[in-house]
Amino acid sequence: MSQSCKNFILAAAVFFLSQSFLFSVGTTENPRHLKLATTTSTENSGLLDVLLPVFEKETGIKVDVIAVGTGKALALGENGDVDIIMVHARAREDTFVEQGFGVDRHDLMHNDFVILGPENDPAEIKGLGNAAEAFKRISSSKSSFISRADDSGTNIKEKCLWQEAGISPSGTWYKEAGQGMGAVIIMANDMEAYTLSDRGTYLSMRDKTDLVILSEGDRRLFNPYGIIAVNPEKHDGINFEDAEKLINFLTSKEGQRIIKNYKKNGQQLFYPDVIE
Amino acid sequence: MGGVFIRAVELILKGNREVLFIASTSLRFALTSTVLATVCALPLGLFLSLSPFKGKKLIIVLMNSLMALPTVVIGLLVYSFISKNAPFGNLGLLFSPGAIIIGQLLLAFPIIASLIYSALSNRDPSLPETLDTLGIWGIRKYFIIIMEAKTAVLSALLSGFGRVIGEVGVSMMLGGNIRWYTRTITTTIALETSKGNFELALALGIILIVISLSINFLLHVGFRDA
Repeated sequence: MSQSCKNFILAAAVFFLSQSFLFSVGTTENPRHLKLATTTSTENSGLLDVLLPVFEKETGIKVDVIAVGTGKALALGENGDVDIIMVHARAREDTFVEQGFGVDRHDLMHNDFVILGPENDPAEIKGLGNAAEAFKRISSSKSSFISRADDSGTNIKEKCLWQEAGISPSGTWYKEAGQGMGAVIIMANDMEAYTLSDRGTYLSMRDKTDLVILSEGDRRLFNPYGIIAVNPEKHDGINFEDAEKLINFLTSKEGQRIIKNYKKNGQQLFYPDVIE
Repeated sequence: MGGVFIRAVELILKGNREVLFIASTSLRFALTSTVLATVCALPLGLFLSLSPFKGKKLIIVLMNSLMALPTVVIGLLVYSFISKNAPFGNLGLLFSPGAIIIGQLLLAFPIIASLIYSALSNRDPSLPETLDTLGIWGIRKYFIIIMEAKTAVLSALLSGFGRVIGEVGVSMMLGGNIRWYTRTITTTIALETSKGNFELALALGIILIVISLSINFLLHVGFRDA
């Protein structure tokens, strides 16, 4: 390669690097950031993508969404690494507030869990209204079941249901994935397995899966979402003021209406708790 | 799958706003951390190549082993230092671009430092003495030594860049994959694949492949005769 060509590459590289460096330094001046830890089910459903831009536009606050399982979201809140959490595991939420990590818990919305499985339904659970009975049949027929196994709200509910069925699931038919809701639905689809999902995520992915709802309607499958501000007295630097603003927005008429009107594939995914 | 591929290419060609934003975010983080790592690695490489001292071998062995450290381990280490209750928790770095850049800097540093060291060790051994005789010293002397090996130094920098642009562990753990903020090419691919949105994942995958190919082209064609 000729010397001039080499020099050109060098000059271009130096120019490109210095430009990008300046650019990255220049863009670090931040708007106000509010860190929201939430579940993969709310993120994967796409609800936050219509809800948060409205809030951001009204207040100028930028909401940073960190989508993890409910267990991890609660841990991030306990640790003070986020300002506000939106999760679905009522008992764990109450403990979180009782222990002083969170303040001002609000019911936000709800939907329900459904048991998904392949159309041919080897465990014969179709139409069962009793979720624990359905779990028993899956286990006794040794049909593949994929567990989130990530301490998410869905996983916590699943463990409860196994307990109520009197089974401690183990064996090759019980697969612990350790992944988010969307990933587990895709896995279950590929492996023709059963899984527990929140209805919202399932509906939002219906065009990507052949799984069908086989069991639903059990009162134990109720899935309420709560929102909790992290206690600013536990840690320094918690953005409590903006967390309150977000809670006010989400529980306002406007926020609740957006939740109610959010549809995917023609179906409502979440039901607001504050207005009917 | 063929249709998915075509739609992915369409996403890129149409200049989809989110694809462009994610790609430029990735480039920004990777370039910033590479430049910072180089700024730290240059003096170390220079020092190692110029002065013989006890324990030098140990530092070089250490550098070489750090090169292979998994990204998630670096992510975990940095996480444990910048989480709220950790020593640097009050800086509020976790889940911000700063956290990713620190993690990537630590990833790139050992590679760049050891490659710069070997680049500078391969020079004409009489160069420092010659410069001393000519009365050139201090910053200018070091500058000339580096410039003598400039292509090898640049290829060290590109190797470091190649490591960080394709990593997913640090960006995911420390950045939190926040949309329009810390979402990078690799974390988006992980997320969108998990949601079954293969088009967007594939579009970003193609961009990543193009970036890696360009780097390798520069490394092996552009700088080969250095």
